[in-house]
Amino acid sequence: MLRISLDKLDELFSAISEKQTLYIPADRSDGAAEFQKWCDGMKLSKNLNTVRSAKDFFFPQTENLVDFKLSGKNIEIKDIRSEAEDFVVFGVRACDARSFTILDKVFLSDPVDTYYQNRRMHGTVVTMACTRPSETCFCTAFGIDPTAPEGDAACFSDDKFLYIKANNDKGEAFVSSVSSLFEDGDTAKLDEVQAKTKEILNKLPLAGLSTDSFGGDKLNELFGSDKWAELSESCIGCGTCTFVCPTCQCYDIKDFNTGREIKRFRCWDSCMYSDFTKMAHGNPRLTQLERFRQRFMHKLVYFPANNDGEFGCVGCGRCLSKCPISMNIVKVMKALEVK
Amino acid sequence: MNNETLIPHIGVVNDIRIDTPDVKTFRVVSPEGGKVFEHMPGQCAMLSIPGVGEGMFSITSSPTNKEFMEFSIKKCGCLTTWLHLMDVGQQITIRGPYGNAFPVETELKNKDLLFIAGGIGLAPLRSVINYVRDKRANYGDVQIVYGSRSKQDLVDYDEILSEWMKDDNISVNLTIDNPQDDWDGHVGFVPNYVKELQPSTNKTVLVCGPPIMIKFTLAALKELGFDETQVYTTMELRMKCGVGKCGRCNIGNKYVCKDGPVFRCDELGELPDEY
Repeated sequence: MLRISLDKLDELFSAISEKQTLYIPADRSDGAAEFQKWCDGMKLSKNLNTVRSAKDFFFPQTENLVDFKLSGKNIEIKDIRSEAEDFVVFGVRACDARSFTILDKVFLSDPVDTYYQNRRMHGTVVTMACTRPSETCFCTAFGIDPTAPEGDAACFSDDKFLYIKANNDKGEAFVSSVSSLFEDGDTAKLDEVQAKTKEILNKLPLAGLSTDSFGGDKLNELFGSDKWAELSESCIGCGTCTFVCPTCQCYDIKDFNTGREIKRFRCWDSCMYSDFTKMAHGNPRLTQLERFRQRFMHKLVYFPANNDGEFGCVGCGRCLSKCPISMNIVKVMKALEVK
Repeated sequence: MNNETLIPHIGVVNDIRIDTPDVKTFRVVSPEGGKVFEHMPGQCAMLSIPGVGEGMFSITSSPTNKEFMEFSIKKCGCLTTWLHLMDVGQQITIRGPYGNAFPVETELKNKDLLFIAGGIGLAPLRSVINYVRDKRANYGDVQIVYGSRSKQDLVDYDEILSEWMKDDNISVNLTIDNPQDDWDGHVGFVPNYVKELQPSTNKTVLVCGPPIMIKFTLAALKELGFDETQVYTTMELRMKCGVGKCGRCNIGNKYVCKDGPVFRCDELGELPDEY
């Protein structure tokens, strides 16, 4: 397999960024990892994952959709879309890589969201296999193998080398563009690391999490469960879970008047918020119970109902570590599970 | 770049009709004249005043109208208040059509039809009623039951009197909630009136109105012996995108903007009661 010494990562990043913008997970001053635009000297984070998911690259938190110029009774519509530049996201974990295929099902289904499609076409996703999964990880419950991540190209590492292989044509093009830096080498050490990672995965506290009780065919029985009241009781509706979630894709559209023109923006929204479904004549989700239920029903029932059984969760564990009241999808699944 | 549904078109409001104290009907054409796009009865469009907001409204004119689209809009929130403040000639933005339609060319064809509307709920049904009137030979008997709070609150009252009531083989039954001096017609709520009228149960029913009116009307129809598969209604929930992606107008796994707004009542009955 093609490999490069870990000491030469700077050279690799430099070579990539000469051709296109490169983003890697790097540590902030507080020690937490965040995808950042690579510049000379920036080191690949040793953290397992970034605080925010990688969905921003294709579905940014805020984006300008269209502008309007008003004069008297007339409106001028300005299509401000432009072709995105090619970019590489390096070091995406298997969970986040899967989230892109989930977001694709939403944004690339008819009618295609051209904003998302544009970035997706121009972005190359280079994933990184996990070696130290943590106790909040449960991607395997959703059929994800963190030692063999999806993405256009996948990287693997042992203590000396970074290995790379392409998963599709876009990945082939990427690998061949940097292959001069790589050498062919045996993977004996890597195989050892992979085997060890799989051992850790089997011992993780959430390793036995089952999705058997969920899916599109369980809609009415799960919706009607009497567990929702207790589960949602302490939810403060802060929306943190939706913002760190790699698959949450609900959005709001709002206008901003700059004084010279009206800019229409799309922003992430959250079904956990009280005004999410509020209309002039009322609100179908009046209490946090209905909003809380919506979020989990969407991921575990409605999404699979509409997408051939695929769940809307990738088990990245961000909601487990970030929820201020320690509620999360795993607790919900365990409470609703039919044993 | 490819067409983007979130980027709207310009519409010109070239006529504004005052229907009731809080409902106006806006006629919309493209700046070049003619309709901005084609639709089927029951479909909706996103109207916007940039800087104020964007909202989904049912298209009340029939697709058989080749000159313009009409929207009957009740003043009840921020955007609708702004729409009501508009003058003729004002441009707005419009995108669509969104959602499914009443199955006028399939399941409703050759059927006896019973339309039941309450208040502004006439708006989506008017599109079907006028479609059926224009293609009269394709449908059986047509009965319309329509009620409002008062005579002044009957939307499209002039059209009902001067056109619908004059059509052969269309019967129109109007009712208002409370008696008033200049009204000698029926007084009472729509669901009770439907029960009094004892419509034949071989009819296919199209219902639209406030949620509470729909609920009691469906109960009345059940009592009269109608099956849920004979009854269609049209739903409304908050929407932003109109194409099933922004994530807020779902009832269970169905998006009202995309899978609806028209639902047959047996389909609706299978979904969670969250609307």
